[in-house]
Amino acid sequence: MTDQSYNFAYLDEQTKRMIRRAILKGVAVPGYQVPFASREMPMPYGWGTGGVQVTAACLTPDDTLKVIDQGADDTTNAVSIRKFFQRTAGVAVTEATTEATIIQTRHRIPETALTAGQILVYQVPIPEPLRFLEPRETETRKMHELEEYGLMHVKLYEDIARHGTIATAYDYPVRVEGRYVMDPSPIPKFDNPKLSDSPALQLFGAGREQRIYALPPFTHVVSLDFDDHPFVASKAPHDCDLCGAGESYLDEVITDDQGGRMFVCSDTDFCRSRVAAGHSGRLGAGGK
Amino acid sequence: MTPEALTGGFADAPVQSAHAFRAALEALSRPATIHSLHGATPPEPLSVAAGVLILTLCDATTPVHLAGDHDCPALRDWITFHCGAPLVAAQEASFAVGRWEALQPVARFAIGQPDYPDRAATLIVEMPELSSEGPRLRGPGIDGIATLSLPESAAFIANRGLFPLGFDCFLTAGASVAGLPRSTRVEDV
Ligand SMILES: [Zn+2]
Repeated sequence: MTDQSYNFAYLDEQTKRMIRRAILKGVAVPGYQVPFASREMPMPYGWGTGGVQVTAACLTPDDTLKVIDQGADDTTNAVSIRKFFQRTAGVAVTEATTEATIIQTRHRIPETALTAGQILVYQVPIPEPLRFLEPRETETRKMHELEEYGLMHVKLYEDIARHGTIATAYDYPVRVEGRYVMDPSPIPKFDNPKLSDSPALQLFGAGREQRIYALPPFTHVVSLDFDDHPFVASKAPHDCDLCGAGESYLDEVITDDQGGRMFVCSDTDFCRSRVAAGHSGRLGAGGK
Repeated sequence: MTPEALTGGFADAPVQSAHAFRAALEALSRPATIHSLHGATPPEPLSVAAGVLILTLCDATTPVHLAGDHDCPALRDWITFHCGAPLVAAQEASFAVGRWEALQPVARFAIGQPDYPDRAATLIVEMPELSSEGPRLRGPGIDGIATLSLPESAAFIANRGLFPLGFDCFLTAGASVAGLPRSTRVEDV
């Protein structure tokens, strides 16, 4: 049931048209950050107002929405956003990746492979991958225009010189179709390979920074690296202690004050589905 | 103002434009896939699909160019009444609509600026029909190769050569729409 005191999906029609036009231009130029006039939303900036506005512009009453925060459906942030769209757009919601038509995410890509027809909307805090090198917007625009991405490589190479490896673990920059260098938002670099050639449409919204960008389906995305230090999508060298998965991204959880800890899937829907299917890890219900 | 200008808009704009945008987004995200647009009954010669696109995307902030037969009083009035979009010359347009021949030369349209490639025109190309028979297409949104009936190849090949600048197209016929973003590579045939 939609709350009739709001327009459909909260935003007024003129604002949605403006956001929709920006999304279409983002799709036409994959990886390029399209400026848009971000609106005040009834939630703080840190709560993903850019992603919320992109989701609002894309939703239809027929959609089934999933919202995740670091892989989990049940955090305050995810629950609030889900409730917001239930109330203002009357959409169905789900925690199952396979049932969702739109998934709004903060800092993870679901483990379950996405499919054609799905849209993944990322909440982005800092959309400009060159910002830490160059604070001036006019200059970063020029760098993108001229494909001056050498400094980016220098920064990554300094990592190698200092640590023997590329230490950047999140927000790991990518190059889109050999053209724009793009910030994939603070997803773990473990997720980077899923950005490339996905059957799903990926949209990125940064509210405070007022940028929208996109990766259409089947867009080629490469993580920046070097011949002698190729990109590695690393994760903790463990299996999930609950479901036994060896190929999922794990969170380390402290279990007691004696230093006890466990590793569990960050994607709660993925982990729960595996447990329901009878899989079990070191500390799972079935034991090993 | 002609009487028919007042009719033929969306009955429930928030929901109809939401559905229409999703179809347009799918079309542009997956070039060569053909989608349906419904909800508007614009005056001739504007197709239903083109009418729905204009209602969904255009307003007072988006100058529109009407090309050829589309530049008629009934259509001028309809767009003015329903969208409030200023009607302008080709060079100033955010959106342009007309048959392919009427849109020529397409080099007139905005292709964006090197630092703001998004400031480019969107062409709504009215076609006699849309089908999957035509030149082979590759690029973002396409899993390998797709085919689509295009009015020609050369202009789109030239447009791709400008990337990341260039115009973007929706092809419309009746209630059908397909997208052709500037990123698509059209094979010469
Ligand atoms: Zn697990």
